[in-house]
Amino acid sequence: MFKSLIVILLSSVLINNYVLSRFLGICPFLGVSKKLDQATGMGISVTAVMLLATAVTWPIQYLVLDRLGLGYMQTIVFILVIAALVQMLEVLLKRFIPALHRGLGVYLPLITTNCAVLGVAINNITDGYNFVESMVSSLGCGLGFLFAMVLFSGIRSRIDESRVPAPFRGVAITLIAASFLSLAFMGFAGLVDGLFG
Amino acid sequence: MGEILIGFAVVAGVGLFVGVLLALVSHFFAVEENVREKELRAMLPGINCGACGFKGCDDYAAALAAGTAAPDRCVPGASDVATSLADHLGVEATAPRDMVAFVHCDRCHAPTVQANAYEGILSCKAAAMLYGGPEACQFACLGFGDCAAACPANAICMRDGIAHVDTVRCLGCGLCATNCPKHVIGMVPQATAAIVMCNSRDKGAVARKKCTNACIGCKKCEKVCPNGAVSVQNELAAVDYDKCIGCGLCAEACPTGSLKRVIFPDARDV
Repeated sequence: MFKSLIVILLSSVLINNYVLSRFLGICPFLGVSKKLDQATGMGISVTAVMLLATAVTWPIQYLVLDRLGLGYMQTIVFILVIAALVQMLEVLLKRFIPALHRGLGVYLPLITTNCAVLGVAINNITDGYNFVESMVSSLGCGLGFLFAMVLFSGIRSRIDESRVPAPFRGVAITLIAASFLSLAFMGFAGLVDGLFG
Repeated sequence: MGEILIGFAVVAGVGLFVGVLLALVSHFFAVEENVREKELRAMLPGINCGACGFKGCDDYAAALAAGTAAPDRCVPGASDVATSLADHLGVEATAPRDMVAFVHCDRCHAPTVQANAYEGILSCKAAAMLYGGPEACQFACLGFGDCAAACPANAICMRDGIAHVDTVRCLGCGLCATNCPKHVIGMVPQATAAIVMCNSRDKGAVARKKCTNACIGCKKCEKVCPNGAVSVQNELAAVDYDKCIGCGLCAEACPTGSLKRVIFPDARDV
């Protein structure tokens, strides 16, 4: 049991990294990764929202949708629920933890219907995880996202300081750098088999 | 048919439920925003330039509402904003500052000497750390555009190797001046007529060798000025903008052309 949780955590952080292997959540990955503090804030917000979204969507899937035979409504119901959830979280944070809201609040509206968040919620169901496994998996995905953001913000600050040939400036070099980072993460593919296999 | 209806009902039900919940939450847990702060914030330009010394317009509005800041600190808003803020707060309006940034260097119009070939990071701050930059003149504009990057109004463009300020667009926030490692950008009042186009504190002969447009500290301007507004300090002419009447005699007398009459278009009219 414990071992399988560790496998899920490790594989969702390193092997099935949402940004670099599954290519979900590319928009905030490219948009908010210019500075380290922003990247960290965004990563932590996404992790929190992923955990919360899984905690809500898992029971909805098994207690409501499956019982009524409405599995095909999964996507639209999840989008609805997650969007409302994030909005609610923002209001509550603003009221009760204003300091945290100042730090993370600006990122929350950006991730209302982020595909990485929706992807985690749906993948947890598709992979047939139970509730604990789902939570661990979404924690791993969030941490993987944070990890990728932090790494990439470092790369981008180096790109900003170097001379880039004119045709590659801006988005082009950013995408190329992202692809190299993604290639590097392919090296983790055999990790779990090697460690636990 | 029945299945479609169930699906429809469930999605509609979930939507209605979260909608009502969201409405309740935002109603009961809403944070009351300071009404006065909101009104003050609406008067500010909202470009968050930071010239007031606060993090942005929101912060300044909060400080104004709390009574910890004077209403004259908004530089881009100038007199209009200062007056309306003061009216709203019920305090006396103080004199606003109408300043624009100016690059005190004219090396683009003169053959200048390069001391070294710089091939590092394209930033003035980085270049200035390596033997003071590629220019032989240690006081010249380096032209890598740190000021342009700092400008919130896109008022600075790099032309012929040095920075040029569009005085119509310039808000007068002074961010460029603080970001210039050579301190070649100064804040000058808009009505000024005489401006020194050089920043070199080298002795005349040395300065002249490095740049034909340099101020050589000959004091001709000092002698012709009818008002005592121009004086040479540290081998460099300096204009006292409070005394300058804009007659232009100093510019005519200047043998190198480093003193010029510059008449600014009034930025606030545009």
